[in-house]
Amino acid sequence: MAKISRDDVLHVALLSRVELTEEELELFQSQLAGILAYVEKLKELSTEDAEPMTSVMGLHDVFREDEPRASLGREEALANAPDRDEDSFRVPAVVE
Amino acid sequence: MTDYEVVIGLELHAQLATRTKLFCGCSTAFGAPPNSQTCPVCLGMPGVLPMLNRAAFDHVVRTALALHCRIDPETAMDRKNYYYPDLPKNYQISQNARPIGVDGWFDMESGGSIKRVRILNVHLEEDAGKLIHPEDTGAATSRVDLNRAGTPLVEIVTGPDLRSVEEAKAYMESMRQFLVALGVSDCKMQEGSLRFEASISLRPFGQEKLGPRVEIKNVNSVRFVLGALECEIRRQTELLNRGESVPQQTVLYDVRHDETRPMRSKEHAEDYRYFPEPDLVPLHLSPERLEAIRATIPELPLARKQRFMQCLGLSSYDAGILVEDPAIAGYFEACAALHADAKAVSNLITNEVLRELKERRLTIDAFPVRPEGLADLLRRMDAGEVSKTVARDVLTEMVATGRGAGPIIEAKGLRQIGDEAVLRALVLQAMQQNPKAVSEVRAGKSKARGALVGPVMRATQGKADPGLINRLIQELLNRPSSGE
Ligand SMILES: [Zn+2]
Repeated sequence: MAKISRDDVLHVALLSRVELTEEELELFQSQLAGILAYVEKLKELSTEDAEPMTSVMGLHDVFREDEPRASLGREEALANAPDRDEDSFRVPAVVE
Repeated sequence: MTDYEVVIGLELHAQLATRTKLFCGCSTAFGAPPNSQTCPVCLGMPGVLPMLNRAAFDHVVRTALALHCRIDPETAMDRKNYYYPDLPKNYQISQNARPIGVDGWFDMESGGSIKRVRILNVHLEEDAGKLIHPEDTGAATSRVDLNRAGTPLVEIVTGPDLRSVEEAKAYMESMRQFLVALGVSDCKMQEGSLRFEASISLRPFGQEKLGPRVEIKNVNSVRFVLGALECEIRRQTELLNRGESVPQQTVLYDVRHDETRPMRSKEHAEDYRYFPEPDLVPLHLSPERLEAIRATIPELPLARKQRFMQCLGLSSYDAGILVEDPAIAGYFEACAALHADAKAVSNLITNEVLRELKERRLTIDAFPVRPEGLADLLRRMDAGEVSKTVARDVLTEMVATGRGAGPIIEAKGLRQIGDEAVLRALVLQAMQQNPKAVSEVRAGKSKARGALVGPVMRATQGKADPGLINRLIQELLNRPSSGE
């Protein structure tokens, strides 16, 4: 069975920006291990002659032409923003 | 200081020359009020579906072909996952597993010779929005403008092939010219449509293994990239000289202090959790389609420059200036087709036409003097009708009024004075008035000649043929009794 450490779960949680309780941490640790073990099973198949698949839709080459369409307009664009000023979204300061 | 070999790789992002964004019909025009060019697709609203812009895709295929890449006949978009406030979807649609082009090369001129730089990867991706940081560093919020979000970009990654800051500079400039000539990007640095990131390592000369790679972020102009590279060379050289090792890391360039410092947090490549973008379908490139796109590749700047030098006899310097802007090069060719002396055409364009364009902030397409008009002026210069100096004024007048050279020369009485008798009298007068200059010229001080030419030019308001004046001075000097 695939090993998933507590740190692995914390790392994945951080990448997804979710906060986990102690109980959830334990629960997900075992659930993730189970999922990985299930996926491991696929390795039993020989994929030597199989092309990597990038889409399940069976379509290809769907394009649009480079023609402008009306945008939303600023008020509508900003309507759902948790925080905004006159013309922009506002987010916690980003400093590097 | 130069005990180590410098190894630099560059990654560039150029905004593709499209009217609309990569996945929606929002305009990409620069300078619109913040957040006015957005829609549910580029705002990352739930349930929307992206549709790929064909022009953007074709531009990247054209770029990959022109860079001699191997083209994947079936390419696809991938999803790169990360969180940042300028990325409304919380992922960027890019290419990872099947980029459009790999393993190409780019020839550039550096230090007078041709250098081949390997191109590892050419792919299509979307840009993020723009974060506007507060002026005062204590402020609690940053602002986000999503006009840029979803703008189509081409990313081009070189191998670790550049060996000096000068080569990095040559690459950045040559690449800019290449992309503009190819028509895939306007490469306006000040509008953020061309950006570079660099990675650099040092190694002892003769060592094959590359040193630990330091990536430099936050450099948004060529000058800053070069400044940051100089900084890193100093910093890494010091570390190595002290016997320490250089940690592999990402650094930010602090322009104000001209120093690089390690970036605190950085997600690693494996943290991006790339996977095939489920909202888009694979893209096929048939041999016919590839050939059709290949046929749209124009002559590129380096080849054009070499042709100007070899076929038209221009100097490397002049040819280089002309090919910097494909429209200027085209104007030059149109003029050279009408006037046989290509060097004279090139001189007039690189000296006078470019100056007029700069002073009047015009592009060559809007320049009122068309190739026929310029060729006409050149013919009149050749025929001795106007001197070089006067030709300059005539050109200025042509630009200002839109009139041809002929009427301007007539109306202003600018015709060059080539009448030997008139000039001989003036030269003689100048020599009589300045015996000191005469004896200095006789003594071999050719600089003193100016004191004799000057008065003649003044007397004729610059219209005298300078070649003729010089010949007359020589003639009169050779006559032993003259001037005394
Ligand atoms: Zn949009």
